[in-house]
Amino acid sequence: MIFAIEVAIGGLLVGVMYSLVALGFVLIYKSSGVFNFAQGDMTLLAALALVGFLTIFPLWLAILAVLVLMIALAIGIEAIVLRPLVARPPLALFMATIGLGFLLQGIGQGIWGTDPKGLNIGISDMPFEVKGLMVSQFDLVGAALSGALVFGLVWFFQKSKTGRALRAVSDDHEAALSVGIPLNKAWAITWAISGVVALVAGIMWGSRLGVQFSLSLIALKALPVLILGGIDSIPGAIIAGLVVGASENLAEVFLGPYVGGGIQTFFPYLLALLVLWFKPYGMFGREIIERV
Amino acid sequence: MIYRECGVFKATYGADMAIFPIPLDRWGIILILIVAFIGMPFLASDYWLSSILIPFLVFSLAALGLNFLTGYAGQLSLGHAAFMAVGAYASLILYGRYEVPLLLSLLGGGLVAAAVGTVFGIPSLRIKGFYLAVSTLAAQFIIEWGLTHWKWISGGVFGTVDTPPMEVFGWLIDTPLKKYYLVLCFVVLLTTFGKNLVRSQVGRAWMAIRDMDVAAEIIGISLFRHKLLAFAVSSFYAGVAGGLITFTYYGAANIEAFNLMVSFHLLGMVIIGGMGSILGSFFGGGFITLLPIFINQFARTFGAVFKTDLLACMELIIFGGLIIFFLIVEPFGLARLWLTLKEKLRLWPFPY
Repeated sequence: MIFAIEVAIGGLLVGVMYSLVALGFVLIYKSSGVFNFAQGDMTLLAALALVGFLTIFPLWLAILAVLVLMIALAIGIEAIVLRPLVARPPLALFMATIGLGFLLQGIGQGIWGTDPKGLNIGISDMPFEVKGLMVSQFDLVGAALSGALVFGLVWFFQKSKTGRALRAVSDDHEAALSVGIPLNKAWAITWAISGVVALVAGIMWGSRLGVQFSLSLIALKALPVLILGGIDSIPGAIIAGLVVGASENLAEVFLGPYVGGGIQTFFPYLLALLVLWFKPYGMFGREIIERV
Repeated sequence: MIYRECGVFKATYGADMAIFPIPLDRWGIILILIVAFIGMPFLASDYWLSSILIPFLVFSLAALGLNFLTGYAGQLSLGHAAFMAVGAYASLILYGRYEVPLLLSLLGGGLVAAAVGTVFGIPSLRIKGFYLAVSTLAAQFIIEWGLTHWKWISGGVFGTVDTPPMEVFGWLIDTPLKKYYLVLCFVVLLTTFGKNLVRSQVGRAWMAIRDMDVAAEIIGISLFRHKLLAFAVSSFYAGVAGGLITFTYYGAANIEAFNLMVSFHLLGMVIIGGMGSILGSFFGGGFITLLPIFINQFARTFGAVFKTDLLACMELIIFGGLIIFFLIVEPFGLARLWLTLKEKLRLWPFPY
């Protein structure tokens, strides 16, 4: 039983890190209706840039430099990719972000190389004991950081003036424009925020798995989290992350041996499908009422 | 003045329902077929046949399949390469282990893929839009896992299945030219079938569902039947394409040849080529299969300046950049360029 709880807790903590990546998707979808498939590649780019800058700067300056880079990137993406594609079918925008993903991957690996790199930010991965349960310190820090980020973002979207403007944009582009919200600025801000989220995710996942191409595949773990929670719900992303993290870990440990293992890659998708069958817009997503 | 739609007088029902009612279209298609069947063997070298034309044709066929689903029926699929894998393994097992004739085992591979595709199409009855798109990724992961873990199929995680020598009616298919003909025959037949399918009741029902599924249901179109049929037909095409490419190009079934990247490439073909256009599938298939080859050739002519891993990165950058470029310049796909050209040829050389 103790073992099961340990497995579940380990899963929960990893799940929080999934939500971190899923958050990036939610933010952009919420405020511009774009399904940004390049989120994983943005995470990879941020991690690669951080490793690159760490060779010349101390940690805090390197993080600052990457922050500036991600914001510049967001403004660039808005101006070059998104602005010409305004009011095009969502599918075209979706495909454009797939192209953007290839582009970012190529640029990041072209500048900083394709070989796997380590990233050490000074948090040990040693497990310690709490009342007889082994918990990893690294996971705890990651979870705390993600929690803080989520609270910050929820506050930002609910209370701050900019956040409210962004929500208005997501409701209706044209209506938002007509009350004087600058659309281009709003999108640049959104992409900058999701760039920051990508940086945090890049730091956490990069120091966990090493910085290399496979880091961008972390987005594929975040996608079931995303649809399980609802594409446009920030709390949904975090709760679904916890559910997916815990259940996939439990499934792998207790169900895996009977079917040959490796079910972690698709179990979250099965779970998401099962839930979506009953709630087609995820657990917390906004339901779209269709009218003819 | 060159492309004329006037002067076509349909006097019979047969003429009204003809697949290409305009004479110029008809002659154009016949010309293309003549070039493909008779001209190509003289024009193309073995290298061209085996590493450019065959992949182009096969991936166009797979893109055509995905286009039925995405372009005509409006359901996004991000896991389509997995259905190609199912077709590949199924046709190999049918041909290699059970000694079913080659043509039948290729079609059989398609049918198995269609059955699997139908199962993975069931969520589309409840889930819509991007939610559906993400859940179709499940197909990719589950099928990849199934094919590698089910020892009866592939012999474990690192297993590959080699293709036995191919034989059709006693003919050994060994040279690139013969392989090309095999592929070409399949592509021509299935494209003709597809062209007719989308102008039949089924195709019209798909388009109604794409445009608004609630409205389509109200006018009496069975969503259950047509959505699943779209998944079945689409996976059938993908399965046949998977079988063909394994037999004629890869030479061995390997799950890595049908990974997620291939699924994205297929989707890219459909969107860049033109959604809901049969011609577009071929444009898109050509664009995405040939682009890496041209980038490679281009780099080689300026050779030595790039290292190999840098070259791979350049390829990614150019590929991604061109996708974005084409979406900005021509969001309705390359097929729209053809329509624009037709528009121009209708008037040329007069200004109006």
